[in-house]
Parts: sequence; structure tokens; C-alpha cells
Amino acid sequence: MSREVRTNSNLEKVLAAGHFAVTGELGPPRSADRAEVIEKAKHLKDNVDSVNITDNQTAVVRMSSLAAGLILQEQGTEANMQMVCRDRNRIAMESDILGAAALGINNLLVLSGDHQKFGDHPQAKNVFDLDSVNLIATIKMMRDERRLLSGQELPEGTEPRLFIGGAFNPFADPEDYRVLRAAKKVEAGVDFLQSQCIYDMPRFRKFMARAVDMGLTEKTYFMAGITPLKSLGMAKYMKNNVPGISVPDEMISRMAGVPKEKQVEEGIKIACEQIDEMKNTKGVAGVHLMLIEWEHMVPTIVKEAKLNPRPKV
Amino acid sequence: MIVAERKPFDEIKSFIADKKKVLVVGCRGCVTVCNAGGTKEVGLLASELRLDAQKDGRDLTVDEHTLERQCDPEYIEELLELVEKKYDAILSMACSVGPQFIVARYPEQDVYPSLNTLFMGGAKQHGIWVERCQGCGNCVIHNFGGMCPISRCAKSLQNGPCGGSADGVCEISKDVECIWHLITTKMMETGKAETEFAPAQPIKDWSTSRDGGPRTVVREELVK
Amino acid sequence: MSDFEPRIIAFCCQYCAYSAADMAGSMRLQYPTNVEIVLMPCTGRFDMLYALKAFEGGADGVYVAGCLEGTCHFLEGNIRAKKRVNCLRAELSKNLGVEEDRIRMYNLSASQGPRFVEIAKEFTDVIRELGPSPFGKKEQAA
Repeated sequence: MSREVRTNSNLEKVLAAGHFAVTGELGPPRSADRAEVIEKAKHLKDNVDSVNITDNQTAVVRMSSLAAGLILQEQGTEANMQMVCRDRNRIAMESDILGAAALGINNLLVLSGDHQKFGDHPQAKNVFDLDSVNLIATIKMMRDERRLLSGQELPEGTEPRLFIGGAFNPFADPEDYRVLRAAKKVEAGVDFLQSQCIYDMPRFRKFMARAVDMGLTEKTYFMAGITPLKSLGMAKYMKNNVPGISVPDEMISRMAGVPKEKQVEEGIKIACEQIDEMKNTKGVAGVHLMLIEWEHMVPTIVKEAKLNPRPKV
Repeated sequence: MIVAERKPFDEIKSFIADKKKVLVVGCRGCVTVCNAGGTKEVGLLASELRLDAQKDGRDLTVDEHTLERQCDPEYIEELLELVEKKYDAILSMACSVGPQFIVARYPEQDVYPSLNTLFMGGAKQHGIWVERCQGCGNCVIHNFGGMCPISRCAKSLQNGPCGGSADGVCEISKDVECIWHLITTKMMETGKAETEFAPAQPIKDWSTSRDGGPRTVVREELVK
Repeated sequence: MSDFEPRIIAFCCQYCAYSAADMAGSMRLQYPTNVEIVLMPCTGRFDMLYALKAFEGGADGVYVAGCLEGTCHFLEGNIRAKKRVNCLRAELSKNLGVEEDRIRMYNLSASQGPRFVEIAKEFTDVIRELGPSPFGKKEQAA
């Protein structure tokens, strides 16, 4: 698989060269503490191709994804700046897109955003001016047509050259519609899509087979989301309390089958088996490691799953 | 209809803490239908206020009156006779349109809203009201199988469902149905999901909504 | 307090409680004179406003007596009345700080004359225990 490279994104180059890409994730601090970003970045450096910087995830206020992304990039790791539709209208979005590109951000990943109801500011007014599909189309228009939504043209060479990311979730409902929603994002022009945490492999395989059939994986890089289970408790919690995550009973019993002190190890083992399978799953271009607040485990996983060294492209 | 519910009793009480003579004004429009501010609810509130004053040994007169509507000046005019009786406060039990019309007509009069106006919707069954419209000013429900994602999706998505949709319910609460689950299920059942419904819904123009500023409708042929 | 005689309004369904009261009469059973009966075609006709008006008029307690659940002549009038009574109890206690037991719902059948008397006595005792209505007595009940 070799495709045209349109941006300066390291992630895009890795994917375009046909390498099995690896992305990580970093949650910015709930403060202006630069040192915390730098500390987390250490675990990710050279272990992943780029790192998602979450945008006020779960609607809890944190350092902005742009700021944390720039700090990360100063440390020598590329950022995938996330942008949610919850907090900005189209004016702020376009402005931040231009600003991010001007400051050296190469990847922008868009999401609807968790509803603020469960965040730390449930009294907030939400925005949702554009949704994630609309936002993908907007960034593509700004980049490829050099136009803002207003029609205002961007002089040649001043367009935001961003590798556009999005999310897909094979485990939310209605199941049969999920691939069609991903197709809308592909149609809107998304360059890469990362999935929600995968535990339900059969459902994921089914999804990917259909995405491949529909030709979606020819147009967009699909990356599989991996979050190792830390414990049996976490597995049960994810199964019962997190909407849009499916944890099969076999996975629960596998975690239950090992003593408590061995569960972390077992979780990592499962994750590595998943990564191995992903390497051989048609249409899967890489893995997205979501180890928020567990960033120090990234080197272990990358090593055990034989994902390093990361390619220099 | 406009769906509303009565404000907490203590809040209403606080409006009239130092008043001696109060008029509770109901509305026979939407709020009668949603059992929030019709003749009967006026009676209940007035009675509770009287009992409360009796309990504290306060001197309070509470009169009751229900207008045909509180959103038309001709009916507001009907209050003139009562307003002349010099009430210390009027408690309007209409949607928030009512108290504004009363204040506009009787600027000297102290007027308080007794309801919290919630949404435009209908009765799912007697006693249960649901939101159906947000007045975006450009109805496109026909594109969504006759369902409105603006009022019924917690994120007003044009291209849902988001990743928080599970078992037909929304991520914000198990009591909130995911409208996108219903829309997409219908699209799949009618075979439109991969054809008519496949293109992304365009970016919504919110200028016809409240975002474009307060709205006015003028129908020249009706204006005298 | 000891000579306090409560004034009680009983909203009675014609198909059960009211007939039971009749029966109690023909059986020469005595029930407290504190209880004043208001005839209802069905307790489904009971409105929260009636109870409020009773209190405004000086009642110390109000009860609604309908058919046994499942035997309402109009199928579920008594179930609806129960919901209204419960709502009223909650509302009055929350908004006005009134003891919930000043309003109660009872169920009985037309053949339960003695039960009617028992209810009247029981409720009168409850209200006697609670004391006079906190709303004071300004005028006579309707």
C-alpha cells in the first residue's frame, strides 16, 4: 500500500510507506503544568509514530490540545491534535485549524466530543455547530480547495496542510449502521480513522471485512484501538458502564482466570495477541494505543508486541 | 405545544414574601393542555399560597383568573379591570411569553413567572411530555425519517449516531432514547441507508435559528 | 389539646365506602361525628384541589375512601385517586411542611360496614394525635 503524501505528517508518511503504524495517546494535565506533558512524552518518544492529544476528554477541563501538542512536539514526538465539536463553533474551529497548522501541527483528529453532562462543567452551554462529519469536510475544504466555509480563499501555500483523522466505533449501536457512518467520514475526506477500544474481536473482524468490501480501506487508513485491561474490575466496568464498548464474556473469564496480581500481565498479553492479529487483518493499517494515565506502560507493550523500532521516514 | 412545569413552590413563595394581595393568572393555551398553568393549576397554586399564609398567620389575599391566552394583546387587555384593583404582584402561570406580554401592557405592575418553560413538544401519553422541536427555523425532518435530530439528539448531530449510542439509548442517560438509533434503523429498514441517506448531511445553517438573533414574523396581508 | 375535636372530611365513593357507611348506619354502628362525608361518584373524581379547599375551610384531616384495588366500578378510578393522594401528601409535606398523615387513602368494599367505622375511628385518632391543622380555622368547611 503506497499512497500520495500530501502533508508533512510523520504518521501519514509511515502509513503511506506501507508500515504498520502505531499511535499513542496523551491526556493533557488539569493544570498549566508543562512538566507533566514532558514526563508523559518520555514514555512515548520513539515508541509511536505520533500521539493523540485529547481535547478536554470526558468534558473535563484540561490544558488545550494545541498547547499540549506543541509541548509534545518540542520533545520530538509528533502530535495528533484532537478537536471536539462540543466546545467550538465554526468560527473558532476554522481559526484554531489555521493556528494549529501555522504552529506546526500536522495531524488533526476530529470527534463529536463527550457530552458535558458527565464532565466537570455540566452547567456549560454546548455548541455542536458542526458535527464530526461536517468538520472533516471543512478541514478538507480548507486544505484541498483552499477555502474557508465562508468562501474566503486562502492564498496558495497558506492552506492548513493537515492529515485529517477521525474515529470509528464498531461497538456502538446500531451495529449494522456503524460501517456506513465510517463511510460518511471517508466520503467527507478523512485520511485516517482510529477505533474505539477493541475487546470484541469477532465484531471488529466483521466490521473490517465489510469496510474492506466497501472499498473504504482503499481511501482511508483504519487503525485499531487497543487499551490493555488492567484488571478484572476494569473489564467488568467497561462491559457494564461504558456506552459503546463491548467486552465479551470470554475476555472477562480470561481475566477472572488469573490471580489478581497477574491480571496486569494478562491484560498486556491479550493486547499483544490482539496487535499480532491486527497486523494480519486485512484493511488494518496500524494500531492506536490508548493508555491514558498509563503512558509508562507504552514501551512495554511496544516491545512485547514487537512494534519497535519505529520506522524513520 | 409549549411544555412547561411549575416552578418550585419555595421560589414562587419568595416572589411574594412581602406582598399582601396577589393575582394568579392562568392561560388556557398550551399550559392548560400540559397541565401546568390552566384554571385548575391556578386553583392549586392559589390554594397552596393561601394555606401557606394561613399557616404563618400572614395576611394574604390570593385571587385567581385565567385568560384565553397570554400571548395575544386582546386577551391581556382583559386584565385591565383586575389590574386596577391594585395587586402587589401578578403571578403568571403561562409560558414565559405570558408574563412578558403582561409587563409590556402594564409596565407599573410587578409580574413574576410561576412556570419554567421547557420545550416545544407533545404528550407521549397522559402525564408524559417529550421534546420534539427547537425552532431552528428551517425544518428538515423529512431528511431524517420524520424525526428531528436537532431537538432529540443531545449533540444535535446532523450525521449521527455518535460513539455513545448503545442499546438504543443516549450516552447522557439510559432514560434518553438515541434518536439517531431510530433514524438509522429506519433508514436501514427502508433500504435508504446506503443510497439516499449515504451522503453526509450538509452543514446546518443556524442563521434561521435563535443564533441569528430574536426572530419576528411579519405577514403583511394580516397586518392592519 | 385534650379537648381537641378534629374536623375530618372523607371523600367517599358511592359504590363502596358510601354504601359501607350506609350499612354501618343500618347496623347501628357508631362512628366518630368528626367525620363529614362528601359523596363521590367514584374516587377517580377526587381532585387535589378538593383537599386543599377542605384545609382552607378548616379541616384538620382529609381522607379518600374508594373501592378495593381491582374492583373499581370504573376500572381504575381508585388507582388514580391513590396517585393523587400520594402526590398531595408529598407536595403538602414538602411545600407547606404539613404531616403527610393528614391525608390518607383507604380502600374497602360496600359490604364492609364495620371496616368503615374502623377507618373513621382510626383516622380520627391519627388526626387527634397530630393536633389541629396548622392552617388555623377561619371559616366553616363547605
